Amino acid sequence: MGELLIRNGFVFDPLQEIKGDRMDIGIKDGKIVETSALKNPKAIDAAGMAVMAGGVDVHSHVVGPKVNVGRLFRPEDKLFKSPLKRCDRMEMGFSVPSTFKTGYDYARMGYVFVNEAAMPPLHSPHVHEEIRDTPIIDNAAMPVFGNNWFTLEYLKNNEIENNAAYTAWLLRATRGFAIKVVNPGGTEAWGWGLNCESIHDPVPYFDITPAKIITGLIETNEFLGLPHSMHLHCNNLGNPGNYVDALDSFKLAEGYTAKNAFGRDQVMHVTHVQFSSYGGDSWRNIDSQAKEIMDYVNAHDNITIDIGQVTLDETTTMTADGPFEHQLQSLNHLKWANTDVELETAAGVVPYVYSPNVKVSTIQWAIGLELALYSSDLMRTFITTDHPNAGPFIRYPRVVKWLMSRAARDETMKTFKWLDRTIESTTIDSIDRELTLYEIAQMTRAGPAKALGISNIYGGLAPGMDANVAIYALNPEDMPSDPDMIENAFARCAYLVKDGITTVKDGEVVAEPAKRTVWVDVKVPENAQVQRDIYEHFLRHYSVGIENYQLFEAHLHNPRVIEVDSTQ
Amino acid sequence: MAKKIENVGCPFCGVCCDDLVVTVSDDGKKILEVENSCIIGSTVFHRAMSERHTLPRLRQPDGTFKEISYDEAVDYTAKVLHNAKKPLIYGFGSTNCEGMAAAAKVAEQAGAVLDNCASICHGSSFLAIFDNGYPSCTLGEVKNRADVIVYWGANPAHAHPRHMSRYSIFPRGFFTGKGHKGRKIIVIDPRHTDTAQVADIHLQVQQGHDYDLFDAFRTVVRGHDIPDVVAGVRKEQIIEAVDIMKKARFGTIFYGMGLCHSDGRNHNVDIAISLTRDLNDFTKWTIMAMRGHYNITGPGAVWSWQYGFPYCLDLTKRDIAHMNPGETSSVDLAMREEVDAFINIGTDAAAHFPIEPVKRLRKHPWITIDPHPNMATEISDLHIPVGIVGVEVPGIVYRMDNVPIQYRNVIEPPEGVPSDEELFERIYERLCELEAEEAAREPAKAAPEGARAGE
Repeated sequence: MGELLIRNGFVFDPLQEIKGDRMDIGIKDGKIVETSALKNPKAIDAAGMAVMAGGVDVHSHVVGPKVNVGRLFRPEDKLFKSPLKRCDRMEMGFSVPSTFKTGYDYARMGYVFVNEAAMPPLHSPHVHEEIRDTPIIDNAAMPVFGNNWFTLEYLKNNEIENNAAYTAWLLRATRGFAIKVVNPGGTEAWGWGLNCESIHDPVPYFDITPAKIITGLIETNEFLGLPHSMHLHCNNLGNPGNYVDALDSFKLAEGYTAKNAFGRDQVMHVTHVQFSSYGGDSWRNIDSQAKEIMDYVNAHDNITIDIGQVTLDETTTMTADGPFEHQLQSLNHLKWANTDVELETAAGVVPYVYSPNVKVSTIQWAIGLELALYSSDLMRTFITTDHPNAGPFIRYPRVVKWLMSRAARDETMKTFKWLDRTIESTTIDSIDRELTLYEIAQMTRAGPAKALGISNIYGGLAPGMDANVAIYALNPEDMPSDPDMIENAFARCAYLVKDGITTVKDGEVVAEPAKRTVWVDVKVPENAQVQRDIYEHFLRHYSVGIENYQLFEAHLHNPRVIEVDSTQ
Repeated sequence: MAKKIENVGCPFCGVCCDDLVVTVSDDGKKILEVENSCIIGSTVFHRAMSERHTLPRLRQPDGTFKEISYDEAVDYTAKVLHNAKKPLIYGFGSTNCEGMAAAAKVAEQAGAVLDNCASICHGSSFLAIFDNGYPSCTLGEVKNRADVIVYWGANPAHAHPRHMSRYSIFPRGFFTGKGHKGRKIIVIDPRHTDTAQVADIHLQVQQGHDYDLFDAFRTVVRGHDIPDVVAGVRKEQIIEAVDIMKKARFGTIFYGMGLCHSDGRNHNVDIAISLTRDLNDFTKWTIMAMRGHYNITGPGAVWSWQYGFPYCLDLTKRDIAHMNPGETSSVDLAMREEVDAFINIGTDAAAHFPIEPVKRLRKHPWITIDPHPNMATEISDLHIPVGIVGVEVPGIVYRMDNVPIQYRNVIEPPEGVPSDEELFERIYERLCELEAEEAAREPAKAAPEGARAGE
């Protein structure tokens, strides 16, 4: 592989605390190197441009069964909304794009790593098939644990060690990356059409509370020392007044500290917090409690969050929170898909229109931005749209624009039908803060990479790391007065170098370097009890044999394994 | 010593049993015994080696077949695709997802229409799903939780022989320890089928009047009165059935061709979904299509993630995919004589299509890709034999509940015989070569500029 020298750019690398210094970045054999190590490099002139590490997405629904249901049952998401083919493969869809479009669009935005937010373990071969067909970007996928019968039974009996052994087995069986928890207990209750509405509402039959599931999984995670922390989608998500439940969930992390060898500091990542920051007690008087939420988060550095920003688009909601989607379809009366997955989880999919003409939508829009703007540590607050739930990921550049420009926020707010009531119910209008490019780099690469425990590979530009470099046509010394130029620059990066290969140039994909599947292999001591439990459940309750459930090596594509030895 | 291979998936129906035990001879070439499967499944294995061709057969001017090499067959197929204005690639019920993905790559390159057996089967279900969604579950959920089962317009006793014993009526699951005794079975079918034999309630709906009966069900669920007889079923029977359904802890409606191919078609499925949605206001209900072939769910999945559409994909525009069943569905395209080449893979279009579209397709090059001779191969211009998925070729298939099952092979394919995936990859390479040759021969066609191009 060749040598590359990225010259004269303004470099933003929060992992090394480089804040826009003019520097050269050297690349050799797919890795970042000291520029002195280069002999005869090709040069990219980045003068007057911002140079960052390739983007890292901490939470996005891009591959797997519920994503695919969203694609299948929404032909209207393709009609007049798909661009014409300009790469190797066609690019279809808007809110739930095809796998090819997903890979190309992330690359165009300068992203190189995307963490699939929820993998139903039973469906792991499907997830890996889609990963194979998602070009360029490296993927990891988090299996869901929060409603898994094994997990519920072990945690009810305080058997952390057994739960850890099972977790290690499942991560290996599905080639998964981390512990995802969606509406703990509530999704199991949905098997009977019920829900757990607070963290103290016990799960039917299993008789364990969501609170105990959450703390049990934090303990399991730290017992194993996984790269990422427990990754939580809170109970009672999406309902007025639910900030109380969110704060209750946050408090469960108190007293826990991270134990791992991957540079991660948090024990709990709470995802798409926008959906969990609502005050009021009905849709009529819903208001923002983003300040309350962020006061807590700012004061507790063992928590990280991502915002789940509403982008005011027609989109497709999809989550393993089955009861939430059922509630949503009874609100908007659109089509509703649901899949309950035996012993493990469920999923629902409902199209949704976030309209500037709807008060709740515009309040949601304000809350997401408030979360970021109230944050005192953007290394712990990340940009997401919970793609595609609050909006498609292709809107990240627009979210960046809103965060970087008060004028852009004002421009958008002018289109709101219920502007006065939005301003009354939120504090967005009183916030003048405008984030800097350094802070955006924290929120979109350094922070997520650190939280995921992969900051030795992704999210930074230190020698030895993967040569993933995104260059944006933005001059920090001469930022454009038109905020739309910020959006355009982040939507189509000037260059993306992935693994040392120039992948995107002037916003167009010019090469497709091999993509990887990142997974975590944990070594645990032999555990006969857990082996027997797994054997029993597969014998009696699963509809698939244990030998066929575990992903065949042939169906894992270009793996990059992160090894963890918990026996030490 | 014969060798026993366990956890083998069955390449017959959408039940996708993955617990077969197959005994093969010492040299790994002969299948001796198949355990745990139904009679149809075991036949698939036992028949594997009979009537096999190991070379492609090309039709000669005198009507006979002549064996040709795979290279020649690949070249022939690529040329047919390259020269056709609108080729149709159809089938895929009986192959693996790897083959479907490779075929899509070929179709996109060739500018073809890509369609699967759902087009003449559960396509009407897709239409209903597009409009109304699909509240469903995996089959293990049914086994572990369901205490009421409805089979509507489906006869699994014959079509999906192990469905009732593995998943729905008989198994003892986690919350269903009493098995059959703890479940109520409702069968709705105009005929007294063998499935109706095991039902607690059999409602003999008047043929073609399913929609009326669903409407009555929904009316009763919502607490309103209905006429004394609806669709040939007495009011008391309807109320009794609805009462059972509303009192269920967890129920599943399995429906089959009786809904999607009798009068009303997609509307029948649509109202079945609406009934399921209504029932979820009271308790937990799910619905599932009884998909036929072992991997007919597969193309719907693969092409959805590749293009966003499950079937009837028109890729002939080359820069964007388009789906409009009725316009881009195989039978309609054939009837309008819009396609000028036909590749039939992993199904038997000659046996399953109505005769008129078959006759019209037959006017143009017809290539069949199938392990065995069938009706389609015998009227084809070219038959390309391939390995049998699930017997000789491993791969991923999707069960009727969209759960991916990893299939194994128990024997190797005859020497030199490729898998569907390998074959399509070779066709793809040849097709790219042909296009490159053509581009080298002719200067690239400049697109005419519009009058406003400069603006």
